[in-house]
Amino acid sequence: MAIDPDLAGRSYPAGEPYFVGREKIREFARAVKATSTAHYDVDAAQELGYRDLVAPPTFAIIVSQRADAQLIEDDSAGIDFTRVVHADQRFTHYHPIVAGDELVAELHVDSVRAMGAGAMITTRAEISTVEGGKVATTKSSIIVRGEEQ
Amino acid sequence: MSVSLEQLEIGQQIGTTTIEVTRADLIRYAGASGDFNPIHWNERFARSVELPGVIAHGMFTMGAAVQLVVDWAGDPAAVVDYQTRFTKPVPVEDLDDGPGAEIEVTGVLGAIDADNSTARVDLTVTSAGQKVLVKAQAVVRLW
Repeated sequence: MAIDPDLAGRSYPAGEPYFVGREKIREFARAVKATSTAHYDVDAAQELGYRDLVAPPTFAIIVSQRADAQLIEDDSAGIDFTRVVHADQRFTHYHPIVAGDELVAELHVDSVRAMGAGAMITTRAEISTVEGGKVATTKSSIIVRGEEQ
Repeated sequence: MSVSLEQLEIGQQIGTTTIEVTRADLIRYAGASGDFNPIHWNERFARSVELPGVIAHGMFTMGAAVQLVVDWAGDPAAVVDYQTRFTKPVPVEDLDDGPGAEIEVTGVLGAIDADNSTARVDLTVTSAGQKVLVKAQAVVRLW
């Protein structure tokens, strides 16, 4: 399977909204050993000025990896998931993610660079609420390792 | 908010911490994030793709390392930008007593932007003496 060189510039429209639940914020916070009470206790989050529980700084990865899945599962892209390595990641937040948000992510393939027999693919997810408010931009690069000869 | 711009100096250390990682932590992260790649929980599979064994999710390390910054800022949503490159895997051993890996995190103030009221924290993240994250930078909004 080979990476489609014309992948760059392709985009995938927002799929089903992701509903940010309190228990998911608590579960994800525990999983990254986050200790801020604003992830667990609604009163503590409201004391900091938020409507509800606040998501940890990397929580948006759940939403962006769901968007990435559209590309990885797209047979025409030619990506073998078992050969994928995460190379870099960036989160830019415009608005805090809090419990009760309904988020959608539009995925863009920003670049594809050949690396030996493999390729580095950089994607960008533009995350917004279903109402249209900008929430975050996530950027990630993956390396798809080429087949060994 | 516990930090104000005037008190800050570039090069100042904001803190240091050690994160202990067990195999159970990786299973928990897989479930919470939805990333069930077997290299993070299946020793046999990890070795079959030429890894030294089960390795931590890069996103686990990135997600756990930023706690140092959140503690300093006093508000998780104050982290408005956070990026890193993943350079070396973190192998997590299967041990009965104690953690299978330790991740050391140190944060230093790398830049101050008075116009935007933000400060950039540069994180040094190592495990077993190797840098596992490179150019790990968190931009924090200060009030």
